[in-house]
Amino acid sequence: MNTSVQIAGIDFKNPVMTASGTFGSGMEYSQFVDLNKLGAVVTKGVANVPWPGNPTPRVAETYGGMLNAIGLQNPGVDVFIERDLPFLAKYDTKVIVNVCGKSIEDYEETVERLKDTSVAMLEINVSCPNVKEGAIAFGQKADALYEITSRIKKKAGQPVIMKLSPNVTDITEMARAAEAAGADAISLINTITGMKIDINRRTFALANKTGGLSGPAIKPVAVRMVYQCRKAVNIPIIGMGGIRNYEDAIEFMMAGATAVSVGAANFFNPTVTEEIVDGIEKFMNEKGIVDINEIIGCVD
Amino acid sequence: MFYRKVTKAEVISQESLAPGIYDLRLNTPAAEFARPGQFIGIYPKDSSKLLMRPISICSADADQKELRIVYRVTGANTGTAEFSALKPGDGVRILANLGNGFPYEEAKGKCVVLMGGGIGIPPMLGLAKSIDGDVHSFLGYRDRQTFLSEDFMKYSKVYIATEDGSVGCKGNVLDALQTTTLKPDIIMACGPMPMLRAIKKYAEENGIVAYISLEERMACGVGACLGCVCKTVNKDHHSHVNNTRVCTEGPVFDSREVDI
Repeated sequence: MNTSVQIAGIDFKNPVMTASGTFGSGMEYSQFVDLNKLGAVVTKGVANVPWPGNPTPRVAETYGGMLNAIGLQNPGVDVFIERDLPFLAKYDTKVIVNVCGKSIEDYEETVERLKDTSVAMLEINVSCPNVKEGAIAFGQKADALYEITSRIKKKAGQPVIMKLSPNVTDITEMARAAEAAGADAISLINTITGMKIDINRRTFALANKTGGLSGPAIKPVAVRMVYQCRKAVNIPIIGMGGIRNYEDAIEFMMAGATAVSVGAANFFNPTVTEEIVDGIEKFMNEKGIVDINEIIGCVD
Repeated sequence: MFYRKVTKAEVISQESLAPGIYDLRLNTPAAEFARPGQFIGIYPKDSSKLLMRPISICSADADQKELRIVYRVTGANTGTAEFSALKPGDGVRILANLGNGFPYEEAKGKCVVLMGGGIGIPPMLGLAKSIDGDVHSFLGYRDRQTFLSEDFMKYSKVYIATEDGSVGCKGNVLDALQTTTLKPDIIMACGPMPMLRAIKKYAEENGIVAYISLEERMACGVGACLGCVCKTVNKDHHSHVNNTRVCTEGPVFDSREVDI
């Protein structure tokens, strides 16, 4: 049985990855999950300098989902390289670093700092809805996305994944812009902008007022967008949005994802990533699937 | 000792101590390793409610593997409302143990003032039991529903403050402390933020070491999501910014380290 998939010439032992921002740099969940079993660990967003993030409350539960407005708090790329990367390097899994920034120069600086490291791929966060400057501003206009993608591609030492926002009129335009600018892959979806109001306190549940919706509630939107993007571009897609079990993972792959990322589900089931890896193998056995690549985009 | 797992705990018993306040006893191996001031996450069975509900450990009996939690039901159709219907023999998914707990060893042989306000009272009980010193518990309630106060009498001298003055001193726990001549060496506290701010100020003005247990909305409970941060005076060793994780570096902090 083959569970390995390839993206931009890099082999992943299986298609199961963690979604950026839900898994730290792997350390916290390594007490629950054998990181060696994962296709890749996608780290929390890293910037050129430390970011303090947003005021609290930063998280709120909603029906079948949750809102977050962390604001990309991170210790900066230097701490990441000195502390988090050596930890991850001990494991037999691929490391994908999510990179965020306020300006294109910020992204370029971070990407250059990561050039001569063991990092396998870069995921460029142009879709975080919770920071005022940068991030999503680059992900909501096709020409801006094209520019940042092409500039990062010039500086990057590793293949580049552009992480797309669902908060656009037509996500396929963004996918096409990323592909045209040389992106090696796209990942989608980031969270959907939402809001919750505390009716007893007559105020917003989040200090940031709005936040990104994730969790099972958003899965059908994400599956639809993965399917649309697969029809629009030829570069590989990493699918995510509400995956909580192997059935969900398979669904994304059938829609056209080469790999999948598991996000909010880590919070309500800390061992979920490993369970999905095992579940995919079980599904393949039951259905007589010899190679996982057979199912990628198998629905038309 | 460090213990952290997602497990199914069995309900030993549950009773209501006051309107909306429940006393739940769980059978779980986590009890053997629990420290006073740590908390657990309880997952609702209702799968539309994703996140664990962080609830402080009231006390733990290592021999019986019994974890006692005392919590408030926060409203109709909430996770805590679901928990309040749990019956003996029921199973419940928990993530335990979480957080650092109080440094009760530091209080050994000292004059210790414990302060609990409202639903911040329960974690102080296990702490009162663990401290080998001269322990004085100041418990602040809204009204005459002075849940757990008798339990505290087993391990400490008890002083009650009520907002409506129906029992003990009218006012808050600091008002109650000021009616005494106690000169505490150390204060440990859990309760609403205004109470903790006042204790921080009082302790710092009087040169008393204070450990306060903070609360914040959290998602993962294990330090990954960075949802539950608190501002810190100095740069935090983990985040490299002036933010620390309540679930991991806390919930108990030296009051001088946090900016609340």
